[in-house]
Amino acid sequence: MTETRIQSNDRPLIEVDGVTKTFHVAKSASGNSRLRALDGINLSVRRGETLGLVGESGCGKSTLARTLMMLERPDAGAVRFDGTDPFGLRGKELLEWRRRVQMVFQDPFASLNARMTAGEIIAEPWKAHRGLYKTSREREARVRELLHMVGLRPSDAKKSPQEFSGGQRQRIGIARALALNPDVIILDEPVSALDLSVQAQVLNLLNDLQQRLGVSYVFISHDLSVVRHVADRVAVMYLGRIIETGRTEDVFEHPRHPYTAALMSASPKLDVSGAERQRIILQGEIPSPLDPPSGCRFRTRCWKAQDVCAEQAPGSEPAGKDAGHLAECHFPLETLKVRSGELAPMP
Amino acid sequence: MSTVTAAETTTTDRSLPVVLKVEGLNVDLRTPRGTVRAVDNVGFEARAGQTLALLGESGCGKSMTAKAVAGLLDPIADVDGGEILLNGTDLARLSPKQRRKFAGPELGIVFQDALTALNPVYPVGAQLGEAFRIHHGLSAKEAKAKAVDLMRRVGIPEPEARVNAYPHQFSGGMRQRILIAMAVALNPKLLIADEPTTALDVTVQAQIMALLKSLREESDMAVVLITHDLAVVAEEADTVAVMYAGNVVETGRVADVFASPRHPYTKGLLESVPVNAERGAELNSIPGSPPELHKIPAGCVYQDRCPLVQEVCRAERPKLLPVVSKEPAAADGATPRAAACHFSEELDK
Repeated sequence: MTETRIQSNDRPLIEVDGVTKTFHVAKSASGNSRLRALDGINLSVRRGETLGLVGESGCGKSTLARTLMMLERPDAGAVRFDGTDPFGLRGKELLEWRRRVQMVFQDPFASLNARMTAGEIIAEPWKAHRGLYKTSREREARVRELLHMVGLRPSDAKKSPQEFSGGQRQRIGIARALALNPDVIILDEPVSALDLSVQAQVLNLLNDLQQRLGVSYVFISHDLSVVRHVADRVAVMYLGRIIETGRTEDVFEHPRHPYTAALMSASPKLDVSGAERQRIILQGEIPSPLDPPSGCRFRTRCWKAQDVCAEQAPGSEPAGKDAGHLAECHFPLETLKVRSGELAPMP
Repeated sequence: MSTVTAAETTTTDRSLPVVLKVEGLNVDLRTPRGTVRAVDNVGFEARAGQTLALLGESGCGKSMTAKAVAGLLDPIADVDGGEILLNGTDLARLSPKQRRKFAGPELGIVFQDALTALNPVYPVGAQLGEAFRIHHGLSAKEAKAKAVDLMRRVGIPEPEARVNAYPHQFSGGMRQRILIAMAVALNPKLLIADEPTTALDVTVQAQIMALLKSLREESDMAVVLITHDLAVVAEEADTVAVMYAGNVVETGRVADVFASPRHPYTKGLLESVPVNAERGAELNSIPGSPPELHKIPAGCVYQDRCPLVQEVCRAERPKLLPVVSKEPAAADGATPRAAACHFSEELDK
């Protein structure tokens, strides 16, 4: 998945190159105990952009996020952050790297300490990064500023998490991530636990913050309509591999991998016009990552599968003229155009 | 892979028999902060062969309404008035024993979380067969044969081999199929599905929704689908009742309600969906969050978040009244639309 060659001043903030991660787990029925959660992942995140990471449960997207956070060490492959391997950093350099990569979690109820006030939660990262704001007056002012940035009141600093609604708690989580002025924030299903009316508020906030601060997002979500709205580029994962990636509009409007097309077709649409639409309903469920199929991992559920798909894993092929649109498939969709869930022959 | 055509035009035919009619239903919750009303004067109808969606966000009372209909309320919740008419019989007036006997075969329910809804220490076949043993007096052997038939009916591969397996040996989607099989075992007239696909991945969700639809068409069941997902409502339901803070705020045919909402809450919800918005553009969001049950204001329940709020909204709770549309084509004469808003007319486009 080589990106179009970039000039050195335009080098991606994060580059992931062939990363593989295997976990050792209890033996499966077939006697396999090696779970390959990530299998040769390539991706990049540029400055100020949002990369959407989509896929169903067990596809490896959370393991990938944990690897980007250096919470998992890859077995093979390389992660480069601003050109350097964070796994090689020690001491002050490591601390500085940690400042630059922050995370917002899915569950705004479990991810905030109920025994701390909102202000203490937001200020906690500065206990590890002492140099950032030296006096308590500076810290208090910064907490007020951060609360204001995420749409809360300065007086909210004294409240405990239980006094906030789910959406407000997620704002606190975002303020905590911003406290260290990071370059990238990994957002792991940041709005999945929120009600729809509140979800839109938080998405607007994230968008607004990105425009003001130029921070990059890795936005993990199973909700395709949310990803389509926020992401500049998307990567679709299936059983530990990125099976398709490209600019959001290319991938959503011209998916080339059958799984991407099925995923988009399966997600319900808010269309009451009564227009007929063809739906692809996949048979079966994701195979166990302990016993992935040979060759192409999607072949057991794919309607285009041929013998070659079982024998040989497809390489990552450029999918048409659009730069950076890649799909891993022996028989990428060419004659189909999927637009807002409609499957129709391409003109 | 198979392709099915979804979203054929659905019309609500008033000649279809009403299977479930709920009227003036109140449910009170006893909490440490005192008694609160979780379901307030709720009414709706579900017709044979059609799907009614109860749509709302968490805490709006949609699941509580369903549990009241099914007679499965927690001990801290009480039905305080209202009628629950299942084929004309008021379930609320029956003794628990009468209710089990009458409603047991007539009403099936599917819960969100299939793993906790199934008993982990019994094989699925025994759990599937239980209804036949209790209501039809079948022997264990006969019931197991029925269980195998049911598993086949809901698309579980190799049912003979898997009837003795335990719930943990099935995937999430297969467990949900088993739960659906249990609910339809006795060919009920009414199926309540409480967020049946929320815990599932999207490709599996599509399978389960297709299954529910084919079962509904096969047996002409009425389905009450409880969900927070507007897109699921748009694709699966014929009629919708939108709930907010324990109240039904708008109801009607899905096509009408979604095309021209007549309650500001419905309108705000539809505009919050990031589907038509340009990428990265500001989404219309509803300010604030839903009120907690002990803080529901007098007057209109939506007043604190509503862009149209006026004095009258704080003074007087609007009734769920039929709305008249300027555009007669939009209104299906067969299914009256209703909204609980003092300014519903102003939303008429």
